[in-house]
Amino acid sequence: MTQRRSYQIGTGLFILLGFAALAYLATQTTSIANFQQGPSYTLKARFSNVGQLKLRAPVKVAGVRIGSVESIALDPGKLDALVTLSIDKRYAELPDDSSAAIFTSGLLGDQYVGVQPGGSPEMFKDGDEFVLTQSSMQLEDLIGKFLVNGSPAQKPAQPEPDAAKPASPSAHDNHH
Amino acid sequence: MSAVRPKPPSMIGDALAQVGACGLFLLQILAAVPRSLRHIRETVRQVWFTGAMSLVIIMTCGLFVGMVLGLQLYYVLSIFGGTAALGTVVSLSMYRELGPVVTALLFAGRAGTSITAEIGLMRATDQIAAMEMMAVDPIAYVAAPRFLAGVIAMPLLACVFNALGIFGAHLVGVSWLGLDNGTFWSNMTSSVDVWKDVVNGVWKSVAFGAVVALIAVFQGYTTAPTSEGVAYATTRTVVFSSIVVLALDFVMTAFLM
Repeated sequence: MTQRRSYQIGTGLFILLGFAALAYLATQTTSIANFQQGPSYTLKARFSNVGQLKLRAPVKVAGVRIGSVESIALDPGKLDALVTLSIDKRYAELPDDSSAAIFTSGLLGDQYVGVQPGGSPEMFKDGDEFVLTQSSMQLEDLIGKFLVNGSPAQKPAQPEPDAAKPASPSAHDNHH
Repeated sequence: MSAVRPKPPSMIGDALAQVGACGLFLLQILAAVPRSLRHIRETVRQVWFTGAMSLVIIMTCGLFVGMVLGLQLYYVLSIFGGTAALGTVVSLSMYRELGPVVTALLFAGRAGTSITAEIGLMRATDQIAAMEMMAVDPIAYVAAPRFLAGVIAMPLLACVFNALGIFGAHLVGVSWLGLDNGTFWSNMTSSVDVWKDVVNGVWKSVAFGAVVALIAVFQGYTTAPTSEGVAYATTRTVVFSSIVVLALDFVMTAFLM
């Protein structure tokens, strides 16, 4: 009987250890670890293009995380992206003329919402919307513009379609 | 069991018959699970035997796998100047792949073989036939508790394996190679997701536990009642469960991505 009890206790300890390991992994090594626990309020921002912004991406002021992206949805009427931000209550004092922009951390890193504080004496209230927003910078667009316009020093004011044309067949030839 | 066959056995037909019999056996076990709850002590004993007794090998292997990952990835990442991502890469590869798969392979070697050998010897020494004569359902008393124990023990073992792996990688990366402690953890916490990474890994290990335990019990239960038969059955347990675990891993990864 004592032997049976000892392995039953051992089994219980084993199961406890397993769940402790799971709890450790889930809470200490994942995004839950830097998830704010305290009360929060929501702000809205409209962007014409959110790029690669993901749910739960950080919202930062001066590089410090103050909240996260709660939802990203397409506004069916205006056809722009409506991003809901969940901001920690501790940072309730954001001037209501602050602007929101989507930045990329590093050259190819994750995207986040950066908030540039304004100077208005009025503060944002729960559910308010950013008036000033700046969409994410699209690397593809930049490259595309650069390729179409060429270098400004060589062809200052004439983005001639004919000038670009002789280049493209030779590019094709290179592929073949 | 193996009566005189009219034709020489075809490999494909045999394999199909094995898979079919294994599937039917799974249904029998699942049907016997409610009855086996009366023998809950037997299930607890099997969790102790297959789970808790495997802790030492799982923890040791997890530690070394984490340390090797730490060294190798530090070397590779330093080529790109990205050693700060060491914690992220180690934890993602542990949670998503290495934890469930390596634990399942170790589990097949440590616990699966002993399940097969035990049930096979029960079969060979007619203990299972004796149970049937005493109106004790061997599926509910022998097979189901071992299957349940595998399903319960595997995810717990995989979590312990992962935790020790992270510890090993931290030991190598931070304590020996001088990576910054804060960078290691903050990069990990910012890119590991609890549902997509941790919980999907747990689902994988639940499935692997069920597969390994089912194969082990099935091979033991249907073994030829000779010492040679038990030896073959034990070998087949390791071979089949390794193959099925790795194949199932591919399928589950494709679905859980």
